[in-house]
Amino acid sequence: MTGTRRLSNWWLYALLTLVLVAVIAPFVWMVLGSFKTQGELLQSPPTWLPHKATLDNYTQLFSRLNFRQYFFNSTVVAVAVTAGNLLFCSMVGYALAMLEFPGRRALFLVVMATLLVPGVVTFVPLFVLVTNLGLTNTLPGLILPFLVSPFGVFLMRQFISGLPRDLLDAGRVDGAGELRIFARIFLPLCGPALATLGILTFLASWNNFLWPLVVAQQENKFTLPVALALYAKGQNSTQYGLLLAGATVVVIPILAIFLVFQRRVIEGIATTGIK
Amino acid sequence: MSTTTDATTREETGRRAASPRGGGTRASRRQALAAWTLALPFCLLFLVFTAWPVLQSLFMSFTDTRARDLRTPFAVDIIGLKNYTRAFSDPTFRRAALNTAYFVVVGMPLTILLALAVAVALDRGITRFRSAFRLGFYTPVITSIVAVAVVWRFLLQHEFGLINTVLGWVGINGPNWLGDPHWSMPGLILMAAWRNFGTGMIIFLAGLQGVPWALHEAAAIDGANGWQRFRHITLPLLRPTMLFVCVTTAIGYLQFFEEPFVMTNGGPLSSTISMSMYTYQQFGFGNYGYAASMSYIIFVVIAIVTALQFRLLRENT
Repeated sequence: MTGTRRLSNWWLYALLTLVLVAVIAPFVWMVLGSFKTQGELLQSPPTWLPHKATLDNYTQLFSRLNFRQYFFNSTVVAVAVTAGNLLFCSMVGYALAMLEFPGRRALFLVVMATLLVPGVVTFVPLFVLVTNLGLTNTLPGLILPFLVSPFGVFLMRQFISGLPRDLLDAGRVDGAGELRIFARIFLPLCGPALATLGILTFLASWNNFLWPLVVAQQENKFTLPVALALYAKGQNSTQYGLLLAGATVVVIPILAIFLVFQRRVIEGIATTGIK
Repeated sequence: MSTTTDATTREETGRRAASPRGGGTRASRRQALAAWTLALPFCLLFLVFTAWPVLQSLFMSFTDTRARDLRTPFAVDIIGLKNYTRAFSDPTFRRAALNTAYFVVVGMPLTILLALAVAVALDRGITRFRSAFRLGFYTPVITSIVAVAVVWRFLLQHEFGLINTVLGWVGINGPNWLGDPHWSMPGLILMAAWRNFGTGMIIFLAGLQGVPWALHEAAAIDGANGWQRFRHITLPLLRPTMLFVCVTTAIGYLQFFEEPFVMTNGGPLSSTISMSMYTYQQFGFGNYGYAASMSYIIFVVIAIVTALQFRLLRENT
């Protein structure tokens, strides 16, 4: 049966391959285009491989435009946000999953309710708040509002709920304090969930746009997406090679991280999606 | 939802575990103290950076707050529902609401159908290269919308764009996508479907694991063909998954912002300005109270659409 099935399905493979080409082609074109000259990018019909590959776009990006700084900003923000989420979300997630305390139900409901609050609702007053704290145009202003996320709490709570409760009782019998039980017994078992949360948070922070656009008003505090978007709209809007090189610099690091950890990412999406 | 029942059972087991040990008051107080200590950083950050802004935003939407009132938040005037009535009679906001509806009503079914078709094909149709296809289809999801929008702005160029070149191969004279008010929104929708269908696909693939193969075999013996089995076995069993995908896609699409911001600046002729983008523009002009009221309108629309989907997809299971 499998033999005939495979034979009869050749067209499905062809169709899926066609879709795959359509999905991947823009990225290939982006990377190849970033090595082309302006003249070649304006040719009709468009070319695939660069006739005369040049690194000009990249040297301009990092010398004339301040992309080194943007890269640094994006990295610092993403690392700090990820660290905060890993620590704080696992702490609450553990409390919600394993401990018995007054207000637990309310806390969990609040977390679930905020999952639905879109970023566009809070950005105006959040901007007022951050301005009054004197944090506009600072990296803490970019980081602080994202240090915890309801999604992270939910993910950690779901994972920790699945760990054996006996460990908790065993720890108590041995006389370990509550916080010590969390840090020494449960946290080391959370590896898979922490990996998933860490990668998803890093990706989200790296790609985050609206809030950095609002808070980073001075050029030296731009993150990569903000810089790229503003250059694409501003005076560099017709320098196609430069913009494609910029897009490549934004996409390639994240693509590399994704390819290394793709299993975790996909499992994370699938499990949190179903619950 | 399964989470609520999960929480109740856990609460019960927790109580059961705590009570027989007796003299539990000190132990349980210690436990509560530990729990709140663990929750403290989250609660503080949450109160300051989420709860407060949500309430402040609501308050602000009833005031005439402008950028210059930033340092004197109590000097603003409460003007009731004026911001809301202004929004509903503002032609640009109405246009933005229509555009957003267009984006959701066309973009969402397109994205979800693509996701479902690809997921079913990967799950049942083929046996080899499954994870390679899955990986490829998911790739656009993880990339920055801004970067993708920059690339697609070139792909959609009228004269030398890749998409019109490919259309030319099959004899279609491609439109001036981003320059023509009739084609600008379809251009953005095409890009959104391309970027987002991977998420739905992953979730559908996980959902399809829960469809027992035995049911399909039994139906096949009874003479049901592939489409009938999909329609009467797979689809009903996928309902909770479908609900989740619909809700998350709708929430995302109702807030679409980066695509017009980077690709069209809302044009041509306001044909692609979205509610989020107009809110951001008003914020940029310093009209904070007005922007806050529009962000609350978006919030309410999201809540209503979500509730409707729960209603429609949950019933008659």
